[in-house]
Amino acid sequence: MSEYTPGQDYGSSPHFRLRLLKNRVARVAVAAGGIGVIIAILLILFYLLYVVVPLGETPEMHEAASYPLQSEAPVVYLSMEEQAEIGAVFQRDGLVRFLSTADGSLLDQIRLKLPDNTEIVSFSAAHAVSGTLAFGLSNGQALVVRQRYQVSFPDDRRVITPSIEYPLGEAPIDVMPDGLPVQRLAIQEDDSFTLAGWSDNLLSLVRAEVQESMLGEEGTFEFRRTLGYTNLGNVKTLLLDPAQHNLYVVSESGDLAWYEIADLSDVQLKEQLHLVAPGVKVIDARLLTGGNSIMVASDDGVVDQWFSVRDDKDARHMAKIRSFENVGDLRELVPEVSRKEFMLAGADGTVSVFHTTADKLVIRQAITDTGLQRLAVAPRSNALWALDDRDRLHFWRIKNDYPEVSWSALWSKVWYEGYDRPEYIWQSSSASNDFEPKLSLTPLTFGTLKAAFYAMLFAIPLAILGAIFTAYFMAPKMRQVVKPSIEIMEALPTVILGFLAGLWLAPLVESHLPGIFTIFLLLPVVVLLLSYIWMHLPGGLRRRVPEGWEALLLIPVVIGTVFLSLWLSPLLELWWFDGDMPHWLKAELGIGYDQRNSLVVGLAMGFAVIPTIFSIAEDAIFSVPRHLTNGSLALGATSWQTLVRVVLLTASPGIFSGIMMGVGRAVGETMIVLMATGNTPVMDMSVFQGMRTLSANIAVEMPEAEVASTHYRVLFLAALVLFIFTFVFNTGAELVRQHLRRKYSSL
Amino acid sequence: MATGIKNWLDSGTPWIWLNAAAVSSSLVMVLGLLLLIAVKGMGHFWPATIWDMQVQPLSDAAEPVQHLIGEIQDTESVSVASLRDAGATGLDGLEGQVERYLVKTGNRDVSGLDFRWVLAPALQARTRPEAVVVFERMEWGNLYGFVEQILNDGQPVAEGDAAWLELQARLERVERLRSEIRHLEKTEIGSINYRIERLRLDRRRLELDGEDTPQALAAIEQERSELQDRFAGLRQTLDARYREIGRDSVQVAVMGGTQVSVPLQNVVRAYRPNAMSLLDRVGFYFSKLWEFVSAEPREANTEGGIFPAIFGTVMMVILMSVLVTPFGVVAAIYLREYARQGPMTRLIRIAVNNLAGVPSIVYGVFGLGFFVYFLGGNIDQLFFPEALPAPTFGTPGLMWASLTLALLTVPVVIVATEEGLARVPSAIREGSLALGATKAETLWRTVLPMASPAMMTGLILAIARAAGEVAPLMLVGVVKLAPALPLDGNPPFIHLDRKFMHLGFHIYDVGFQSPNVEASRPLVFATALLLVAVIVALNLAAISIRNRLRERYRSLEQ
Repeated sequence: MSEYTPGQDYGSSPHFRLRLLKNRVARVAVAAGGIGVIIAILLILFYLLYVVVPLGETPEMHEAASYPLQSEAPVVYLSMEEQAEIGAVFQRDGLVRFLSTADGSLLDQIRLKLPDNTEIVSFSAAHAVSGTLAFGLSNGQALVVRQRYQVSFPDDRRVITPSIEYPLGEAPIDVMPDGLPVQRLAIQEDDSFTLAGWSDNLLSLVRAEVQESMLGEEGTFEFRRTLGYTNLGNVKTLLLDPAQHNLYVVSESGDLAWYEIADLSDVQLKEQLHLVAPGVKVIDARLLTGGNSIMVASDDGVVDQWFSVRDDKDARHMAKIRSFENVGDLRELVPEVSRKEFMLAGADGTVSVFHTTADKLVIRQAITDTGLQRLAVAPRSNALWALDDRDRLHFWRIKNDYPEVSWSALWSKVWYEGYDRPEYIWQSSSASNDFEPKLSLTPLTFGTLKAAFYAMLFAIPLAILGAIFTAYFMAPKMRQVVKPSIEIMEALPTVILGFLAGLWLAPLVESHLPGIFTIFLLLPVVVLLLSYIWMHLPGGLRRRVPEGWEALLLIPVVIGTVFLSLWLSPLLELWWFDGDMPHWLKAELGIGYDQRNSLVVGLAMGFAVIPTIFSIAEDAIFSVPRHLTNGSLALGATSWQTLVRVVLLTASPGIFSGIMMGVGRAVGETMIVLMATGNTPVMDMSVFQGMRTLSANIAVEMPEAEVASTHYRVLFLAALVLFIFTFVFNTGAELVRQHLRRKYSSL
Repeated sequence: MATGIKNWLDSGTPWIWLNAAAVSSSLVMVLGLLLLIAVKGMGHFWPATIWDMQVQPLSDAAEPVQHLIGEIQDTESVSVASLRDAGATGLDGLEGQVERYLVKTGNRDVSGLDFRWVLAPALQARTRPEAVVVFERMEWGNLYGFVEQILNDGQPVAEGDAAWLELQARLERVERLRSEIRHLEKTEIGSINYRIERLRLDRRRLELDGEDTPQALAAIEQERSELQDRFAGLRQTLDARYREIGRDSVQVAVMGGTQVSVPLQNVVRAYRPNAMSLLDRVGFYFSKLWEFVSAEPREANTEGGIFPAIFGTVMMVILMSVLVTPFGVVAAIYLREYARQGPMTRLIRIAVNNLAGVPSIVYGVFGLGFFVYFLGGNIDQLFFPEALPAPTFGTPGLMWASLTLALLTVPVVIVATEEGLARVPSAIREGSLALGATKAETLWRTVLPMASPAMMTGLILAIARAAGEVAPLMLVGVVKLAPALPLDGNPPFIHLDRKFMHLGFHIYDVGFQSPNVEASRPLVFATALLLVAVIVALNLAAISIRNRLRERYRSLEQ
């Protein structure tokens, strides 16, 4: 170190410049790091939003190609294969033309093997996955064909080769007797084939089942037939469900006849009813995927959804579930392959997409300016192919990934297929393909709030009363030990609390149920009694325990009361509850008892929340300025009066903020509810029933959810709901606390 | 009397006492809980007395008396009414409550069930035979019985009392062979497999990069065949060891007189608890305790040790600390020392504070979506295309778990560090600046050292929270049984992409997902005890550091 010389310019020495540079670098580095960390934290919110937002995106359709049909013959059916690269046009003259959907070029054409002197008079498609179709002929026969698309990868490029095969043989099947033309036709395929035909009030059913041959040769088909009459007038359409148990006959005037056809030798008319208003005509009727719902479109611009529900006597009846109104003038109704969604081809050239579970119009788009004759949806629901009145084909791409989600689907009661009434249900996945996802967040939110409610019911009195005593009455020496011990509870891993709740507390509560309730009743009584006796004890004995140490004195009392209650429990059970209280509850009051129930969760989670509330409330009470209490005491108030009138009043915002923090913690707690409840998403306030919370639901289902699927995004939505809920609560609590701190400092 | 009650009510005493009772109840709950875990967890390793019980089934007095051999795991009293509800018969003449014992009879492979309930009235007599031996086995749980003879390749070599001594010697040999086999399988063959897999990936990499020249491929093929030769050699040694270890077996007479032959390679430990002295028992206790913390789990995690879970937890926590400390401290310094104090910083401070209260599962969801699928998926595309479609980092693993928990605990560190910085008296800062130090120098030389205990507190609290957190880890990296530790002898030694085991998840998994909950419960209690002990110790450390810190500044301020 050189000595200080006046006049020398230290600022320009290299050493000093280096120090300044270091200073500047440190400033930039710290600022960059600090801001980076803060951004990273905020990223959580934005990422959750980023995943959730697509759920609310408006679906889009855009035109990919448009080209003339280049054929005069009327078209009976359009279809597309899985990749939506190839479309098939089935013509009334028996020609099947396979076109490239991208440019309309002809890839292949096949003429169906129709018998001589016959023509196609009716048509039906089985469920889309099978690719099976049937053509009703004028001679009473039907030709069953199947579209096949062979995918191969020569030179790592995908090549799709279309073909037509005849699953029941190349010869047409006799459907109607006496060569009557098959005016209406329906087909379904599963393990067996069923065809239904109609011709002027005559109804015919044919079932083809594979005969297992002994030597493993190609199976031959055995046909069974049955005939009957309908009196419905002009039949519009015949509908067969994929299981081939039900046949629905819908007439043009809106009559429905529902036959049970599981056994062809015992076909029964289950129900006959009128589907539409008088004078209204049915335009189209189709089954939604899965075959449970009938969608009926009528010429008054309404599409109704019908399915069978159980009545009080356990009998099934058709019921109108929901209506889509003002759908416009339509030509055809086309259900999607894998979702509970359907499309309408309008007479004005529009295509409208509706989702039944979400009960909404997903998108309506004008495809062309003339009417649409035929419409096909790609199996992946990502493209449509439509034929307009000027014989032009239109190929459109659809971006519609999350139609299942709507406000009503997430939060309102929804009438799901197979249920007897609208309900709140969470059931996100199932093994079957045509499953209707039930994504109501209501039962989960309800479960979350229920768990938090019972936890707070247990925690608030204990934590607040405890905080009052610790902060205001307790001897400082004892407080130094008590406060950290209760605060350490907060650090106990909740997995341990959950494990104890599920495997130790739950069986204990079940076997000592009356005892648990006795504790809550007996403990205050015992304590009050003791305090009364204590006041009347001789002074000498009383002064043995200095003021502020009552809590220590009460520890053995609490332990004693708990053991007494548990010991009494079997006796109480024997006297009042026939020896088994859960059983008695079920038998006498009809209250079901789950071993892992809200009572257990309330106790365990209450235990986890106590320290949060206790710690904040205790701080608030303890930091009430001394001169306030001293003033009150000096004016002659007792210490209890001072507490109630002065201290609690001043500290109440702090106590409130503690409770809010507690609620925030109870709402987000995962492991305890995961382990101490049965995780069934029921909506039932009973203290003896379990629940499923948002957080436990995420923990259970997130690892299995397919990335970017609706299910995945809805789980993110659940996380976002939790995030926002706790963030709002905690911010509220924090603002209250800061306000309080400023108030104290001004006092 | 009436005025007495009025006075009593007016004085407020009853309410004060109720308040006191609330504190007492909370304390009783905390201490009771810790005690419960401690007792149930510690008791597990103590060698229990094995009883030979003569049980006369109540349902049918004509049935012969059964001999049950096993340990009494639990005793409880049940009401006769609930037994009747459950369909029990032969309870005539019983009223009110009866005692009932849960007897662990083991021998799951012989009798199908290893736990039985015995009603006290049905128990006629019980003895504690000295010679009864407990076999802890690799599978099928414990076996209780009497040693009849030792077989060497099916030939009897010892009987009666000599058999017990012979058994000890031969078990030592088996143990030696077993550790040799473990070394061969895990270390030697494991390393070869690892390298062969690396070669496959190298080859694929070359193909992807278009550099798969014949020379390069030949070099890889060469190395591969060398490795395979070595593998074949090791395989032979291993087969020989397996033949050796399968040589001996012991003939045991179990409950009901059946003779069971137990291959010694299946026996982990054999002991005679009834013949043990107190000292033996203490020794046994500690050897079991050591096995618990140092051995691998057996039988779907319900037996053996929890070493991989301890190791995984520690690894994860260390990685998390490495990530969280610098970032948390830098953010706190920025907020307190550099950022302009105003509404914005107040807002950020509130936000950071509140993030500590955001449910941990939300962090898990974020970790899974952002780290695993988004970051991990992109890392795989860029750096590990050769392994695709099998993900390397695009799947839950150690790194993502540590990162998620670092994010979860960073608010804790920020809050604690900020508090420490705020407590440094401004006189010290000003003194340093007045002497000509730059701001960075002031921070580095005076403020940070003084705030370091606060940072320590923050870090300890962060570790305590991270060690006990399970919910987010279920989404971003823990598994019930990891095939390999995240740290081993194969380069690059630390495998951040591997999944790992965790104490907290172990408790959840074994307690709730295991097929034999009854048998595994003591082990879960022991695991819980370990976890609680670690976390309580960490918290106590944090509290004492905090207190000492306060004392230090109190003296500075005066």
